Amino acid sequence: MDDGKIDKILDKYPSDPSSLIQVLLEIQSDLRWLPKKALAKVSEKLKVPLNRIQHITTFYKAFSLVPKGRHQIHVCTGTACHVRGAKRVLEVVQNTTGLKPGLTDQDFKFTLETVNCVGCCALGPVMVIDGEYHGKMAPAKSEDVLKSYE
Amino acid sequence: MSSERTERIGSPAELEEFRKGILSKRDPKKPCISLCSGSACHATGSGKVAARLEEEIEKQGLSDAVEVRKTGCHGFCERGPIMVIHPEEVCYLQITPGDVGEIFSQTIKNNEIVERLLYTDPATNKKIAHESDIPFYKKQKRLVFGANGSIDPKSIEDYLAIGGYSALAKALFQQSPEQVIEQVKASKLRGRGGAGFPTGVKWEFARKSVDDTKYVIVNADEGDPGAYMDRSVLEGNPFSVLEGLTIGAYAIGASEGYIYVRQEYPLAVENITRAIQKAEEHGLLGENILGSGFSFRVKVHRGAGAFVCGEETALIASLEGKPGEPRARPPYPAVKGLNGKPSNINNVETWATVPLIINNGPEYFASIGTERSAGTKIFSLVGKVNHTGLVEVPMGISLRDIIYEIGGGIPGGKKFKAVQTGGPSGGCITAENLDIKVDFDELPKVGAIMGSGGMIV
Ligand SMILES: Cc1cc2nc3c(=O)[nH]c(=O)nc-3n(C[C@H](O)[C@H](O)[C@H](O)COP(=O)(O)O)c2cc1C
Ligand code: SF4
Ligand code: FES
Repeated sequence: MDDGKIDKILDKYPSDPSSLIQVLLEIQSDLRWLPKKALAKVSEKLKVPLNRIQHITTFYKAFSLVPKGRHQIHVCTGTACHVRGAKRVLEVVQNTTGLKPGLTDQDFKFTLETVNCVGCCALGPVMVIDGEYHGKMAPAKSEDVLKSYE
Repeated sequence: MSSERTERIGSPAELEEFRKGILSKRDPKKPCISLCSGSACHATGSGKVAARLEEEIEKQGLSDAVEVRKTGCHGFCERGPIMVIHPEEVCYLQITPGDVGEIFSQTIKNNEIVERLLYTDPATNKKIAHESDIPFYKKQKRLVFGANGSIDPKSIEDYLAIGGYSALAKALFQQSPEQVIEQVKASKLRGRGGAGFPTGVKWEFARKSVDDTKYVIVNADEGDPGAYMDRSVLEGNPFSVLEGLTIGAYAIGASEGYIYVRQEYPLAVENITRAIQKAEEHGLLGENILGSGFSFRVKVHRGAGAFVCGEETALIASLEGKPGEPRARPPYPAVKGLNGKPSNINNVETWATVPLIINNGPEYFASIGTERSAGTKIFSLVGKVNHTGLVEVPMGISLRDIIYEIGGGIPGGKKFKAVQTGGPSGGCITAENLDIKVDFDELPKVGAIMGSGGMIV
């Protein structure tokens, strides 16, 4: 694990408990998960007990205590996408990647997750991969999109 | 375009002078291509169109003759990416990189219109060239959302060019905090986040709570699936939210502000963060704003994903670095909020409406909409309807007008079944109630609520 990275993130925020969530979010997006060692460091620097950090990391959806894949697939299953066929898109993505929502494959290529809304409802069904939005997903189109990721 | 300025603006007179300087450098006759570049637009490929556009300008050596403005959402997301060419306001829809060459050779060079990129009216089969004539826009009243299509959210100059920050100057120098609150009360503005509580009354509570530290907070958690107007306002016109927030801080007596944005909205976080920085550089935020003696700072806080955080007490817990769990009220945040201090939370759209009220007076705002629901409201019209997107309409418009006139009806000429408003906690409205007037008090009569503005057909 990259200790330097964590120190750098910690240096950007005031060393008090109110920075906790912001710091964890940055570590999560940098390393794609929250390793134990990182949490210990955060606990020490921000003066927040480890068990409270544990509580936070399980309460908020953005955090993961296990490593995630290189590419993160978010299939929106929010209401607007749902009425436009998000379910079928999700099925195709599941079949193509062999993953169920919440899981990562053994090669750490993909992590699949469902989300409730990404704010592109007019273009539903929507799938977001590594922050890039793909709208008006038809099942075949989503397969093509997935294939373009290495 | 960049009239870089590092010196802070020290008075309202200097602000007007600076504004004049910006306007004098702009030629209203010069062609300006505005291209929407919101998150949704990127899903339709607007990034590639923008790249192609810049390449073409470079190639043709037109960088002095044509201006390109990457704006926020124009609202008609279904047909994105959208390009509007000013001053004629020619509106092209669903542009691909391959169309760019033709747009240059026809429209920019010869002032001719590329017919195939125009909107076709399904009723008459006629092409419509101007944005404001397209039925989707025609019945709208875009007071809060309208500027989105004509300004670059990264540019404080663009915001100033359309009269930005005149409301803040007016509030700080011509009105007492109490007068500002009176104006907001008289405008009959009600919170746009769902509950519809009168904003002025809420501000008054916070004003009356005495403490040396008070907070104002922007709720940009936008948890209801199917709703994305807050994202689009923050992304496309971040300065309007900041200006409203600063006016509110002055009225309430707050010295610190927070903007709580869900982390699913990275572009909104980026744009509002940049706006804060620019406003500080220009003396429109920070110490001694516009030389008025009033100081106010703002921070952005990203949410970490939990639906309930949109509720105000949960949001406050989350800001404090705790799990976002709601707590019982009272005490209300106006008395005991963030860090135990008096706090005032409003929704993004509520804050963005405030400058409009201060600029035009409360009577103007109160005269729009219905008796008890004043003004306009932005809805996100999505699902099985022809024209999905963001629509801003006066309160009291009928649901039928929204779905059929603006939304263009149901795809394939099918029958309308139901529309869900107000998110998961809302309700469904069926065909027999299509003529209901949309406002805070009418919707509950048919078992629905206004909510934050999601409408899923
Ligand atoms: C479960 C729940 C979720 C909420 N989500 C939001 C939200 O996403 N955005 C929002 O502005 N208000 C939300 N609210 C309302 C807020 O608690 C609060 O009333 C609102 O931010 C006040 O702003 P306004 O008066 O400008 O509407 C939610 C309320 C509840 C009970
Ligand atoms: S925002 Fe989009 S992506 Fe989400 S529910 Fe809405 S439609 Fe789906
Ligand atoms: S984001 Fe482009 S039209 Fe909505």
